[in-house]
Amino acid sequence: MILLHDNKCDFCGTCVGVCPENCIDLGEAELNIDHQICTMCYKCVWICPVEALFAEKVK
Amino acid sequence: MSFKDSYDIIVVGGGPAGCMAAYAAAKENVSVLLLEKDRDIGSPVRCAEAVGKDGLEKILEDNINPRWIAATIKKFQFVAPDGTVIFPQVPMTGYVLHRKLFDFDLGLLAANSGAKIVTKAYVNYLIFENDRISGVHVRINGVQHIIKSNIIIGADGVESRVGRWAGIDTTVHMKDMETCAQMTLANLPLDDDTCVFYFSQKRFPGGYGWVFPKGNKTANVGLGISGDRARSDSASARLESFVHDHFPDASILNKTVGGVPCANRLPKISSEGILLVGDAALQANPISGGGIATGMTAGKIAGNIAASAIKSDNISADFLKRYEKEWDTACGNAQKRYYRLKEGIRKLSDEQLNKTAHVLKDIPQKKQTLVKIFQTALIKQPGLLVDIMKTLNPFS
Repeated sequence: MILLHDNKCDFCGTCVGVCPENCIDLGEAELNIDHQICTMCYKCVWICPVEALFAEKVK
Repeated sequence: MSFKDSYDIIVVGGGPAGCMAAYAAAKENVSVLLLEKDRDIGSPVRCAEAVGKDGLEKILEDNINPRWIAATIKKFQFVAPDGTVIFPQVPMTGYVLHRKLFDFDLGLLAANSGAKIVTKAYVNYLIFENDRISGVHVRINGVQHIIKSNIIIGADGVESRVGRWAGIDTTVHMKDMETCAQMTLANLPLDDDTCVFYFSQKRFPGGYGWVFPKGNKTANVGLGISGDRARSDSASARLESFVHDHFPDASILNKTVGGVPCANRLPKISSEGILLVGDAALQANPISGGGIATGMTAGKIAGNIAASAIKSDNISADFLKRYEKEWDTACGNAQKRYYRLKEGIRKLSDEQLNKTAHVLKDIPQKKQTLVKIFQTALIKQPGLLVDIMKTLNPFS
């Protein structure tokens, strides 16, 4: 599952731009990932300019 | 605060492209609502703030307010990976703007010509009736509203979702998204009329570093790296070390990050009831990443065409496609050439970049034109020479 460090995120939306599944929802100061749609492609993790997104394995 | 439950045109996003679209449409006496998700028009700024003087004057018909201009740029420097500096002769004047003031005034321009602007208004979906766009769902002050409109202009930036909801694929390829970080630094030893560009595939893979002065020894210092080469170190981590190495004594007045699409425009930037402008349509210059002028041009054209569509009661995909054609003539055809050049530049190794700089530094500065620079750098890619000749001014 892709998770967010809230205190690192600058809400710039770069991850939204590269997300092929359109599963990231960005507000003024909130970012939500729809884990039902996310395919764990990691593009958002790699593109994030502040390393706010990270992947965690779910049992 | 009041707003109507229906407008002729709704613009989503209040950056320069969205404000110009709202302004251009409202001037034609149609009703326009501009919705901005943040609390301010003009903030936060996610931009290196550079724009060509001529382009801006043309778009705003010479109505340039001096308060927008932080610095006037007459000179340029390119720094090769090994530190060799060359002085490209670029026959243009540039501005580094105070985007906060600039965007605010563009919002004012739109409002004064009759557009209604609402901030802290988060559009979360489009409304469809019989498969046609008929408005937006928007959360304003925490309350969900439905506002009707037959034409939506998506000016919602690199994070655009308006286009996706309308069925247009707006996904940016990793190699065409620059992930960027920038600081505004104070107490810098620099010339206030010179923009400096740093090239190094090691430090700025697939991108470049920049120092754009903003007056009083301050500057936007930043870098962008190509998304497909960003796995190891993030843009902000790279910037920390760049600033540490080059400007250890500077104070940091601002930090920002963001993505800059360095692509060709989306294959489709309009459809029935919808037009996309600015970063939402991937209209920035793919070499420099500059998107203020091309986005504003798009806004102006889109606003005009949307207004004519309303007046002539024809919001068909066919009619709105005029926007695509007009933008291509103004900017898009050049963008295609810039993109091909960018693809060539991406392939240059640090060794080639250094070699190029060494060749150029031995010729007189007057002859260090952009054409000469690209010719020297891309000598092993002769197919690009025609593009170079056509692309005399790639930082416009």
